[in-house]
Amino acid sequence: MWEFYLKELVHSLPFFLQGLWITFAVSGLSLVAGTVIGFALGIIRVSRLRFLPAIIGGWVDVIRGTPFLVQVFIVFFILPEAGIRLEAFPAAVLALTNLAACFICEIVAGGILAVPPGQKEAATASGLTSFHQLRHVILPQAMRVILPPLVGQYVLLIKDSSVVSAIGVTDVTRAGWLTVQRIPEGLMVFGLVGILYFVICYPLIRISNNLERRMTVVATRL
Amino acid sequence: MGEGGGDTVAATARDTMLKVFNFRVILEYLPLYMKCFWATIWLSGLSIVGALLVGTLACAMRLSRSRLLTNAAGCYIESIRSTPLLAQIYFLYFGLPSLGFRISEEVTGVIALTLNSGAYTAEIIRAGILSVSYGQIEAGMATGLSYLMRMRYIVLPQAIGATIPPLLGQAIVLVKDSALLSLISIAELTRAGQMLTSERFMPAEAFLTTAVLYLIIYYVLKGLSEWWQKRLIFR
Repeated sequence: MWEFYLKELVHSLPFFLQGLWITFAVSGLSLVAGTVIGFALGIIRVSRLRFLPAIIGGWVDVIRGTPFLVQVFIVFFILPEAGIRLEAFPAAVLALTNLAACFICEIVAGGILAVPPGQKEAATASGLTSFHQLRHVILPQAMRVILPPLVGQYVLLIKDSSVVSAIGVTDVTRAGWLTVQRIPEGLMVFGLVGILYFVICYPLIRISNNLERRMTVVATRL
Repeated sequence: MGEGGGDTVAATARDTMLKVFNFRVILEYLPLYMKCFWATIWLSGLSIVGALLVGTLACAMRLSRSRLLTNAAGCYIESIRSTPLLAQIYFLYFGLPSLGFRISEEVTGVIALTLNSGAYTAEIIRAGILSVSYGQIEAGMATGLSYLMRMRYIVLPQAIGATIPPLLGQAIVLVKDSALLSLISIAELTRAGQMLTSERFMPAEAFLTTAVLYLIIYYVLKGLSEWWQKRLIFR
């Protein structure tokens, strides 16, 4: 019997690849937007502005303290009540972008705080404006601390994108869920889903590990 | 207008407030939320204990001298870390019955959470053990301590102190991950929100209440972690 199902599964491979494309689209868009917003938030978070750092800190805590599934439901079901009606796909991208921005904000803030304060003082003493201090002194050194966990965070976010299948975005996970109704071989169907995620995530995990090793070597050489 | 006008204003204000956020419904559903709150806590609690056991075992295998055990543990950890939890939950939920296992959703959920979290726990414990500098272990060898004594008196006391904060972090992740169990119709916090939404169509009340209850667990665990880190520094 399972040979028949395997043949069926091979026939529905295009459907899974379509799902893979949606997974790519959702996580790609969110990661790019989330990285840009996250860096901005992270820089503000460690700045000396008066209220913004505290507000960002509180928001990050709320997002880190609630399940992503609940956040997706809130965006998808509650925003319409406030008059913002979103299709499933934009709702998914919005929720995942917000999540990405919050986690990346913490990583960036941690990286900036890891730069010894003497560097900033020296930059101030040599008359650099705060933008140039950030651009030429602080961020290049902070990147060494930021990069490895950032790539690791990308892996977590790509995996989190599977949650948006709950509001009907037909990504790989939902493709599997729809297929398993027709082909009742859960191990086979979700084995395939797992392989598709593995192909994306495993190389990224290796890159993150390599970066970590290289960055620590650089740091100790200094 | 007079008094009547004042009453109308108050009534309108109350009506608008109820339209935005209906506390009465939440009060009515409070028993359900409490039941589901405890369900979330015991499901995650069981999974945390399971993850600690699985994680310790996987870590011991990974650090062992046997190539076979090292590879087996590495395979387990990497395949868990490279696939989403939701796919793993569905894998077990739809897969175990086709293997002939008939187990309840709750057990499937706890197994999925345990296996998933076990892989991350193994990595945390490994990092803790490797953080003890090798010179200390060599010093232990030089003073003639056996392997078990070195573990007991040198490695573990330092490793455990350093692993508690990341383990609490993993516990936070696990509690949040348990929300995914609602998708295989286990009655926990997120499921309570879904039920309230489908019965009364009040998603704002439903999911914001759910979110607040999760935040309570989050802040307790986060506070615990910060308290421990402070203790660690003062010691």
